[in-house]
Formats: sequence, C-alpha cells, structure tokens
Amino acid sequence: MTAVTASLPERTEAATWRAALTNALPFLGILALALLLPLVGNDYWALIGTRMAIYWVLVSGLNLIVGFAGHLAIGYVALLTLGAYATSVLVAGNVMPAIPAFAALPIAAVVGAIFGVVVGLPALRLRTFYFAMSTLGFATIVTQIALAWQSVTGGGVGIAGPVFPAPFDTAWGFYFLCIGFATFTTWLTANVARSRFGRALIAVRDAEVAAEATGISKPKMLIAIFLLAGGCAAVAGGLFATLQTYITPDAFTFDLSVLFFIAILIGGRGSILGPLLGTMILTILPEIAAPLAEWSTFLYALLLLLIVLVMPGGIAALLDFRNRRPLASNRAIVPRPGALADIVRRSKGGRALSLRGVSLSFGNVKAIDGLDLDVAPGQIHGLIGPNGSGKTTTLNVISGYYAAKAGSMTLGGDPLPAGQPSLRATRGIARTFQTPRIIGEASVLQNVMIGGTVEGKASFVEALLALPRNRQDERMFAAKARSLLAVVGLENLADVRIDRLQHSELRFIEIARALMLDPDFLLLDEPAAGLSVDEIDRLGELIKAIAARGVGVLLVEHHADLIFDICNHITVLNLGRTLAAGTPTEIRVHKEVVSAYLGG
Amino acid sequence: MLSSIIASGLAAGAVYALVGVTYNTMFSTSRVMSFTAGQLAMLGGVFGSMFTLKLGFPIWAGFLLTLALCAILGVITEFIAVRPVLKSLEQHLYVLSTLAVALMIQQVAAIKWGTEPQPFPHLVNLGSGVWDEKFWLPVAACAITILALEYLYRRTLVGRAFLAIAEDNFAARALGLPERNLRIASYALAGIIGGIAGFSGGQLLLAFFANGALLNFYGFVPVALGGLGNNRGAIIGGLALGLFQQAANFLVGGIFSSVAVFTLFIVVLLAAPQGVFGGATARRV
Repeated sequence: MTAVTASLPERTEAATWRAALTNALPFLGILALALLLPLVGNDYWALIGTRMAIYWVLVSGLNLIVGFAGHLAIGYVALLTLGAYATSVLVAGNVMPAIPAFAALPIAAVVGAIFGVVVGLPALRLRTFYFAMSTLGFATIVTQIALAWQSVTGGGVGIAGPVFPAPFDTAWGFYFLCIGFATFTTWLTANVARSRFGRALIAVRDAEVAAEATGISKPKMLIAIFLLAGGCAAVAGGLFATLQTYITPDAFTFDLSVLFFIAILIGGRGSILGPLLGTMILTILPEIAAPLAEWSTFLYALLLLLIVLVMPGGIAALLDFRNRRPLASNRAIVPRPGALADIVRRSKGGRALSLRGVSLSFGNVKAIDGLDLDVAPGQIHGLIGPNGSGKTTTLNVISGYYAAKAGSMTLGGDPLPAGQPSLRATRGIARTFQTPRIIGEASVLQNVMIGGTVEGKASFVEALLALPRNRQDERMFAAKARSLLAVVGLENLADVRIDRLQHSELRFIEIARALMLDPDFLLLDEPAAGLSVDEIDRLGELIKAIAARGVGVLLVEHHADLIFDICNHITVLNLGRTLAAGTPTEIRVHKEVVSAYLGG
Repeated sequence: MLSSIIASGLAAGAVYALVGVTYNTMFSTSRVMSFTAGQLAMLGGVFGSMFTLKLGFPIWAGFLLTLALCAILGVITEFIAVRPVLKSLEQHLYVLSTLAVALMIQQVAAIKWGTEPQPFPHLVNLGSGVWDEKFWLPVAACAITILALEYLYRRTLVGRAFLAIAEDNFAARALGLPERNLRIASYALAGIIGGIAGFSGGQLLLAFFANGALLNFYGFVPVALGGLGNNRGAIIGGLALGLFQQAANFLVGGIFSSVAVFTLFIVVLLAAPQGVFGGATARRV
C-alpha cells in the first residue's frame, strides 16, 4: 500500500517556497515588531510585551486543543498555575535541593505534560462538555491545593518566582527570553498544524467517522497534543512566575483561563495567526481601557457571545480573502480515469473479501440476517435492494462501525476482526459515505490528503521539528492529492474551502480521498445519489477504471442503470437476507427481484 | 464523627443533586448542557442574602423574589444563549454561549455583590449540632423538589409534555406540542430549582460569587455519574458525591477531598462513559 508514483501536475520547488514564505510573512512581521519594541518602548511596554509573549506560549499549545481538535479547555489556567509553582518550588528548593531556573523549566514542562494528559482523559471518549468540565474541575482543585499545601507552596503567603541568570535578569533581557520561547512554540505548533497530524486533528473534530475510516486514531492524536499543550502551558507558568516575581494562588484567577481560550475563539478555529492576534488584542485591551479593567472578564464573555452568535469564524475568517472570491458557476466535473494508472498502484490482487453468515440486529429488527458475500479483486460487486434491506449496514459491518453478532469476515484468508473502524485503512479498505463526510473548514486539497494519513512515515516528533522525513511525507501527500483531484476532474478547486462546493463535487472528492490509500477494496455508499445523468455516466467510467487497477469495489446504489452497466456481480438484499445473487443478466430476469425491487 | 460526616455529606450532596437536576431540566427539552446551572444556585444564595439581610425583607418574600429572579435569568439564558445556537449542528457552540452568559452572571455578581463570602440568615431556627438547619434544610428542599417534580412529570399534562419532548423532540412537535414554549418553561423551572438549591444551601455555602464555578463542577459530577438527563441518577450521584467528599474531607483532609472527587470523576467517566445509570450511545454512522 505504499508505492506512489506521483507525476501529474508536479509543483516546482520554487512555488512551494513562495507559498511557505507567504504563509510565514505575517509571523515574521510580528516578530520584527516585537524585536523593535525596545527601541520605542519603556519598561511598562516591556512588561506588556513580556506578558503577551508568555500568554502566547500557553495559547499556542492550547490552540491545537481548542482551535484544531475542537475540545474546549476552559480551565487551562490550572496548568499555568502548575508550571508556575513547579518551577518556583524547584528553584526555591522546598522539596529537593534547589536547582537553576533553566533546569527547573524543563522539569516543569514534563509535569505539565503529564497533567495535560490526565485532565484530557475524558476528551478521549466523551463529548466536548465533559472535557470542558474536567478542565474546570482541575482549575478549582489546583488553586485549593496551592492554598492548602503550605509547606511546599507557601499557601496564601506565596512563594518567590524563579530568577533567570544574566542577561535575562533585566526587564528587556527577560522580554527577549520570552519572545524566544514564543517564537519557538509558534514554530512547533505551526509544524504540527501543517503536518498530517494537524489535518487529522481537524478531521477528528469535523468528521470523526470519516477520520476513523482513514485510519486516524483519535486517542493517540489527542494524547500527543495534550502532552505538547501541557508542556507549553507549564513553561508559560514558569515564565509567568518570574514576571510576577512573587506568586500566590490569587495571581491565577479564572479570568486568565477565559482570556486564553477566548483569544483562540476570537482568532478563529484552525488558524495560528488568528489566535496570535487574539492574544495580543486581549492582552492590550485592559491596558488601553484602564477604567474597564474591573469589567474585563465581562467584556471577554460578551465578546465570546458575540463571536459565537455573529462571527463563528473569528479573525481568521476575516483574513481569509482567498475564499471570498466567487467560484465559477458553470463548473463541470470531468474525470480523467486514464490518469489513474500513473497514480494508484496496481493492487496485488488475489485477496478476496468474504463475509460468511454475518448477522446483526438492532433491538428486534434483524438488519442483516445470515449474509454471505464475496468481493473479488478487480471486480465491481453491486449491492442493491429496497430501503432498509441492510445495504449500508453491510458496509458499516465491513468497515467496522458495527460489530456483527454472528458470522465471520475474512480478507484474503486472514480474519477481519469485528469493530475497530480505525484499523480498516491499514488493511487496505477505503470507503465513501451516503452523506459526504468532509472537513468543512479545510481546503479541498487538505480533505483529500486526509485519506493518506496512514501512509505517512514521519512520527509526531519528526512532524513537530519539521524533520526531512515529515517534509517528504508532506510533498508526497500534496502531489498525490493533486493528481487524484485531476483524476476526478476537480484540480482547479484544490485550494478552495470545501464547504463552498456542490454536493456532486463532494461525492467525487470522497472518492479521491479514498483513493489516497491505494486501497485494495473500495466501499462506495450510493455514490450516484444526487448526481446528474451525465455525472453518473462519468462516475461509472471512473469506477470501472478503479476496478481495472485491481481494486475490489463494493457498490451500494439505487440507480439500477448504473448497477447493471458496470457491475460484474450483483447481490440483491431484502430484509437483511440475500434475495438473489449472480451476474447482471441473471439478476435482470430474476422473478423475485423484479417483483420486489425493480418493478415491471 | 460519623454523624457529622453523614450530616454535612448529605447536605452538600443535596445541593449538588439539585444543581444536577437543574442541568437535567435544561437538558431535557433542549439537549443543551448549560454552564448557568451552577451560577443559578450561586444566585440563590446571593439574592437570598441580599433580600433578607441587606434589604430586610421577610424570609418568604425574599424566597419568592429569589426564585422569580432565578427563573427570569433561566429564561434570559434560553433567549440569548440557547435558542440562537440550537439550529447549529455544532455542539461546541452551546458550550461557549452558555459559558459566556455564566461568566457574565459571575462577573456582575462579583462586582455588585463583592468578592467576599457574606452571611446567609437562619430561616427556621430549628435543631442544632448535626440537626442544625444548615444540614437538614438542603436535604428537605431536595426531597420536596423531587416529589414536586415527580408529581409534575407523572400527574400533570404540562409535565407529560416535558417528558414527551425529552423523549423525542420531533415526534412531540409532530403531535402539536408547543415545543418552544415548553423549552422556555423548562428554563424557568431550571432557574427555580437552581434558586432553591442556592437558597436552601445558603447557610452551608454562604452568599459567595465563586460558588457558581464550584457548583458547576460539583453539580455536573452527579449528572456525569448518573447519565445525562437522568434525575434519579443525579440525586443518587449527588448524595453519594457529598458523602464521599465529606468522608474524604474528614479522613484525609481538605486538599485531598477535592483531589479525590476529581479522580473519582475521571475514573468513572473512563470506566462508564455514559454514566452508571446512563443509556446506550446513539448510532453514529
């Protein structure tokens, strides 16, 4: 499942660099302004700039959780507190011999990373609200512990913050240290965001079911992100303690938490520049409106409500000029199945997907009742039947969303375990959905690239540091996705936000996404639903070309013409049982099928 | 010691249970978990203290006014934070909109009422020691509220309409039930229940703005343990949580009781994500 020969519209190296530079330009601009600040500002500005940089160290990590993974961490001040106390206590030597500030910071980061995961555990299995609550609960107990554990934290009296050695012991020296950390975490999180891991996070957020089908493991992804964000938050805490010079539990009000995640939401989801601007604005806001400082949380909350109700896209959506250009209205989907040969590796073949006696019931309804089915490589197998006959359920059993109550599934002789939808992609099984499941806020290209996630070789750490293997992965994904978009005839829309496209285009994009895997088996759930007659013809040609590459296709469809045109074999279901099975010619004259389904 | 653990545990547990019921009451008609639940209970204490101690109203008048104001805030929540996002498929929006309203309530309370805990009056002056009213009053309020809710849901037409909407929103609307009005009514009802929680627990928790966030969490734990929308689960979970917390408080000390509650919360959620009394998950594909 690995061979890739992407050759179609290869983008030149220079174009890639230019695109990367354009993306980095706003960040470089902000960095340049930050570096020039000492020339124009006094110590007061050093304080505000430092605070901004420290907040951003935390928010940049939190952004991956809130903005990318879509989990609402509302109590992240707890991890700031944890980091602040961990660093201060280590430097003060309350529990073990005192160590220098630069040694304490990494230890605090590890502690923060661990607790980042502990707090995040509910998010692995449960809905948004539970994670919001667990972070809120953690925020309340951390402050209580800081108050009560007097021997270590100094209780209500507090503890001195760590002091960094020269040249970082002056206001501007410390400012540059914090800017350094902020630049570093920006770079780290941007690397993650641009890699397959960042795309996977958004995929889990917006299209969890489709993400599973492409082999993305949600728990693994989230744990990696929680580690990173927890570490960032704890480092921010250590720096925050230095900035405060002396910390008490009172310094860590819930208002800070509110500032952190509202900065991200104002900035916009799935963006890094937006939340950066959001953090800067929210840090400055109480300073320039001093009489309102008391009401700052109220204003943040009001802003949050307005954003939710009026402008859910945040600053990032305002800055997204590219997606405001109108799309051509007379677009036609003209697939070029011929190009498939260059992109999709010819399936090894020989392995068949077999179901024997598979049964599944929902309550008293037998959705599938003793079904036998064989999908051979290179063959198109049609699955038809009236509504409720168990067609989609069969696809869901094969792709692991439902575990069959009885029967067995094998893939080339090896058993295919029931359940485990996220392990299907590595077995070479790809699918599309009855209602296209797409990541609405991502571009068409990114949506297609998601399909290849399991083929990436770089680990999370390699992605984090943008090491060569990750860059290789990215080039491979992008080139292959562009080629596949050309195959389905949509290459001109590659950079458009996918939620601006038409339904029929989404159907073809789902197929392109499935092909990213070089699948051995492709499960199509009503791909022709909602397509025009011309489009259905082109779809038929495309499916035939895919099968010709040795892929076994299982096609659930209601358009009888398409089925009889392209299928090698047809199984007719009724009430979960096989009514008939055979070649199109046999099925067309089968008496029961004609009376139960085809009519006439 | 055992008797004081049980007394304070049941009292705190009853308040948590009532906040849990507040969550459930809003959830049943709108499928929204609202962050205002804990704030409503906080306001029960703050308004109660304000009317009876600061403004010198009789207890009954202060009680009724408190409930009325909480009910109004419940309805306001429905109007500005719930209705506009119900149409959206994205579940994260209601978390944010209700959180925004909750934060605003909390901030206004902090500024207008003050950030220090303030006393709450004795209401009936009956009992002392472990039979002090600050212990039995929340339990009694919880019992009466539950009985009243049971009566409402089982015996009255409006209550049955609530149940119908909670069971199947679309079918209920197809039957011609005024879904929107019932939702508003349920938010008013939730306000009243939250108000009762705060008022009856006033002496235990005092009139303190920060109780809102605290009760948001401690009131949500029983809901998570008992399963969303399950009042029986919330009551049992709330009382059990109160007893567990107070037992931990007496046995291992204050810091670790909150750690114990948090650990319990995480462990139970990982072991039984749908709650101990919860139903099966919905179909996803």
